[in-house]
Amino acid sequence: MRTSRAIARTYGRLPRGLHPVAWWIWALALAVAASRTTNPLLLLLILAVLGLVVALRRSDAPWARGYRFYLTMALTVILIRVLFRVVFESGVTPGDQILFRLPRIPTPSWYAGVQIGGPVSLEAVLSAVLDGARLACLLCCIGAANTLANPKRALRVLPGALYELGVAVTVALSVAPQLVDSTQRVRRGQRLRGTDRRGLRALRATAIPVLHDALERSLRLAAAMDSRGYGRTGTATRASRRLTAALLLAGLSGLCLGAYGLLDSGMPAGLAIGGFAAGTAACTGGLFLGGRRVSRSHYRPDPWGWPEWAVTACGLAGAAGLCVTVGYNPAAVNPSLYPLHWPSLPLIPAIAILAAGLAAVVAPPPPLAAAEPDPALPRPRPAVAGASQ
Amino acid sequence: MIHFDQVGITYDGSPSPVLRGVSVRIEEGELCLVIGHTGSGKSTLLGAVNGLVPHFTGGTLTGRVVVAGRDTARYKPRELADVVGVVGQDPLAGFVTDTVEEELAYTMEQLAIEPAAMRTRLEETLDILGIASLRHRALHTLSGGQQQRVAIGAALTAHPRVLVLDEPTSALDPTSAEDVLAAITRLVHDLGVTVVLAEHRLERVMPYADRVIYLAGEGRIEEGPPAEIAGRAEVRPPVVELGKLAGWQPLPLSVRDARRLAPALRQRLPRTPPLPARVAQAGPTALTARGIVVRYGPVIAVRSVGLTLRGGECTALMGRNGSGKSSLLWALQGTGSRAAGTVSVGPAAADPARLPPGRARRLVGLVPQTPADLLYLDTVGAELAQADRDVSDGTVPARDILDEIAPGIPAGTHPRDLSAGQQLALVLAIQLTAAPAVILLDEPTRGLDYQAKASLTRVLDRLAARGHAIVVATHDVEFVTRACDRVVVMAEGDVVTDGPAAAVLTASPTFAPQIAKILAPLPYLTEAQVAAGLGGRAAG
Repeated sequence: MRTSRAIARTYGRLPRGLHPVAWWIWALALAVAASRTTNPLLLLLILAVLGLVVALRRSDAPWARGYRFYLTMALTVILIRVLFRVVFESGVTPGDQILFRLPRIPTPSWYAGVQIGGPVSLEAVLSAVLDGARLACLLCCIGAANTLANPKRALRVLPGALYELGVAVTVALSVAPQLVDSTQRVRRGQRLRGTDRRGLRALRATAIPVLHDALERSLRLAAAMDSRGYGRTGTATRASRRLTAALLLAGLSGLCLGAYGLLDSGMPAGLAIGGFAAGTAACTGGLFLGGRRVSRSHYRPDPWGWPEWAVTACGLAGAAGLCVTVGYNPAAVNPSLYPLHWPSLPLIPAIAILAAGLAAVVAPPPPLAAAEPDPALPRPRPAVAGASQ
Repeated sequence: MIHFDQVGITYDGSPSPVLRGVSVRIEEGELCLVIGHTGSGKSTLLGAVNGLVPHFTGGTLTGRVVVAGRDTARYKPRELADVVGVVGQDPLAGFVTDTVEEELAYTMEQLAIEPAAMRTRLEETLDILGIASLRHRALHTLSGGQQQRVAIGAALTAHPRVLVLDEPTSALDPTSAEDVLAAITRLVHDLGVTVVLAEHRLERVMPYADRVIYLAGEGRIEEGPPAEIAGRAEVRPPVVELGKLAGWQPLPLSVRDARRLAPALRQRLPRTPPLPARVAQAGPTALTARGIVVRYGPVIAVRSVGLTLRGGECTALMGRNGSGKSSLLWALQGTGSRAAGTVSVGPAAADPARLPPGRARRLVGLVPQTPADLLYLDTVGAELAQADRDVSDGTVPARDILDEIAPGIPAGTHPRDLSAGQQLALVLAIQLTAAPAVILLDEPTRGLDYQAKASLTRVLDRLAARGHAIVVATHDVEFVTRACDRVVVMAEGDVVTDGPAAAVLTASPTFAPQIAKILAPLPYLTEAQVAAGLGGRAAG
C-alpha cells in the first residue's frame, strides 16, 4: 500500500494521462449540473469551464482533436430546436411579445394538433434557445470526456466480463481506416481495367474486392488472436458460466422493471426501488463472477492518485452546488420567462461551477507528443496516398 | 521439442491430403527451415505446430503432433500460446491493438502475466529486436520491416519455447527482409528459441539452419541437414545452382562459402562470358515521358523524371520503398496523379491521362501491386469473359492469352483461390486483352517462389519479343538479372542510374546478383553463362 501511495505522489504532477474514469466522473457530474438549470449565465459558465479544461488538458492524440465537432453538433441542436419552435406554432401565450408572423398553412382536420406557421413570440424563441442550450451543454460534457480521456484506455477499465466487448470495439476502430484504404486502392485498380466509375457494375467491382479483403483480414486476425491466447478460458467450470449468465439475465430484467417503475408513477415506489436494487445487485454479482473466470492482466494500468481524487471532487462539487441550490432558490437556477427579465447570476452555483473548473489546474499536464510518426521514414503506401488526391 | 508422428492432414472437401505420413522430430534450440513450392503445404505444416490446423482451419488430422509435451489434438491454439509464438506473412493483418507497446503487451495480458514482469519483458524485447525507438508509434505508420519485427516481438514477449514464422519476409523489400532475418538469427543464437521458419530467401537462412524440411509435393517430406537437402530440392538459390555446376562438395550455402571455393572455378572460365546474360532487341520508341512530377501535398514523390521506353525492351525500375517507383508507374499509365510533365505514347503521341480509362488501357496497361483488386467476379471464366466484353474489338480472346501465360487454370475456379502467381497471370491476361503497347508491372515478384519467377521471366520474354515495351518495378536483383535489359534506379523521386542491366548490376558489389558476387571480377551474371563458359572450355 505504501509503495502505491509513493508512486502516486511521484506521479502526481509529472505529465501523464489522467485516469479515464476520473475524467468521465468529472464530465458526467458537470452534465448533471447542466441538466438542473436553464439559467443562460450558468450554462455559459459551464461551457466556458469545459472549454478551459479541454484546452489545457487534452493531449495531441487524434481522438483529442474532436472537441470542435461536439461544439458544432451543440450549435446544430440549438438551431433545430428554434427552427421547430418557429415553424410549428407552439409555446405562444396571449401576453407574449410577437416578433413576426409566418403565413399559416392550413392543416386537415385530423391533423389539428399541429399548426404550421403563425405568430412567433420572443418568449417562445427564448425558451427554445434555453432548452437547446441545456441539451448542447450535455453534449459538450460528453464531448469533453471523450476528448480528455483516451477512449481505448477507458474501455480497458470495463469489468473483466465485458472485456470481449472492449476488444470488439478496439478491432472495429482499427478496421475502419483499413476499409477506407482498401476502397481507395480497389477503385484505382478498377480504373486500370477500364471500369466506368458509376453504375451498378462499378459498385459491385469495388464492393466485392473490398469485402473479400475485409473478410480475409478478419479471418487472419481471428487466427492471430487465437494463437496469441485470446479467449483462454482460465478455470471456469460449466456451472459457474451458467450461474453468471443467469445472474446477468435476472439483473437486467430487474433493472428494466426498476427503471419502468421509477418513470411510471402508477407503480408502487417500493417495488420500483426494490427491483432496481435487486437488478443492480444481480448484475454486479454476474459481472464479478464473469470477471473471475477471466484470467488476464493489464499492462501499465493507469494509477489512481490524488489528482484523480481531486478532479472527481471538483466535478462532484459542481453537481452538488447546483442540486442544492435548486432546492432552496429555484427561481435563480431556472429563471421564469414571464415576465421577461435579465437573469441574475446566483452565487453558490457559480462558485460550484468555477470549482469544477479547478480540474484544469489539479489534473497533471498531458504527456507530450510521442505518437507522432517520424516524417523522415518512408511512407508505407505511396500508391494509396495518391488516391486521396 | 516438436514431434510429428505419422501426421496426415486433409482439408474438408479436398480429395487428397495436404500432408501424409509426416514424421519428424525438431529438437530444442534448433532452427528448422521449411522449404517447398507454393501450395506444397508449408503453411499447413507450420499451422499444425500450434494447432491452428485443424482447430481453426477445419480438416482432419491423423497421427499425433506433440509440442513441449502437449498434444495439439487436445490443446487448442490459445492454450498453446505460452509455448508457441506465431508470426504470419502480413504483420498488419495480425495486429490487435494499434500502438507498438500495447501490441507487444497483448499476448502477455492474455497469459495474465504480472504487470511488473510485463514491463521488464517488454523493455528487454524492445532491445533484442532494436525497436525501442518505435515504442510509442502507431503500428500502421511503421514500414513493413518494422511491423514484422514488432510482430516477432509480440510473439516473443510471452517467452515461447517455439517460434513459428510463415514466410515472414515475403512482403518486404530486401533491406527490411535483411533486418527481419538478422533479428531471427539473433534469437536463435542468443536466446536458444526453437524456430520453425518457412522462407524463400534461402541463401540468407540456409547457412544458419540446423535442419531443413523439404516438402517435395504429394504431401511427402524429406528432411535432413541443409547441404544435403539443398542438393536434392527443386527450390534452390543461385549459389547452390552454381555449386552444382562447378561440382563443389559439400555444396556451398552462402555467398561467403562459395567465394572461398571460387578461385579454382574462375581459372577454368574464359575472361569474358561466351554469351551475354540477355539478348536485347530494342525496337522503335513506344513511350516518351518528359519532366514527370508527382506530389502528395508537401511530399514530392517523383521529381521531374524523363523516360523513354522502346518496344521489345524490358526495363527494371529499382530503388528502396518510397523512392517513387509506384508513383511513376501510375503517372505513366495516366490513372495516377501527375502534377507536371508530358507523356506521349505510340505514333499518335497520345497522352493516356487525357483519355477515358477504357481507352488509356489500350495504350498503357498496368498490373498493380495487389492484382486481386481488379478481380470481382466469381470465376476465372467470368473474369475472362468480362475482359473480352470490355474490349469489343479484341483480336485474341483473354482465355488464349491466359493459357499462354499460365496454362491449365480451370475456368470454374474462384479467382481468390488462385496462388499469387496465378492471380498475377490472370490480371496480366486481362490487361493484355486490350493489347497495350506498353505494359507496366508493379512489384510482380512479391510472394513468388523461384519457379513462379522463372515462368514470369519466360512470359515477359515472349511479350518483349512481340514488341511490347515492359517496365517492371521490383526489388529482386536475381529476377532483374534474368528478365530485364535495362535498369533504372530511383532514389527520393529522382532517377539515379539508367543503363544496361549487365553494367548497372555489376557496378556495385551490394547490388550485384549472387553469381556476380561470387565470380567477381569476372562479369558473369547467370548460371547459364557459367555453364556455357565451362562447356566452351571443355570443348576447347
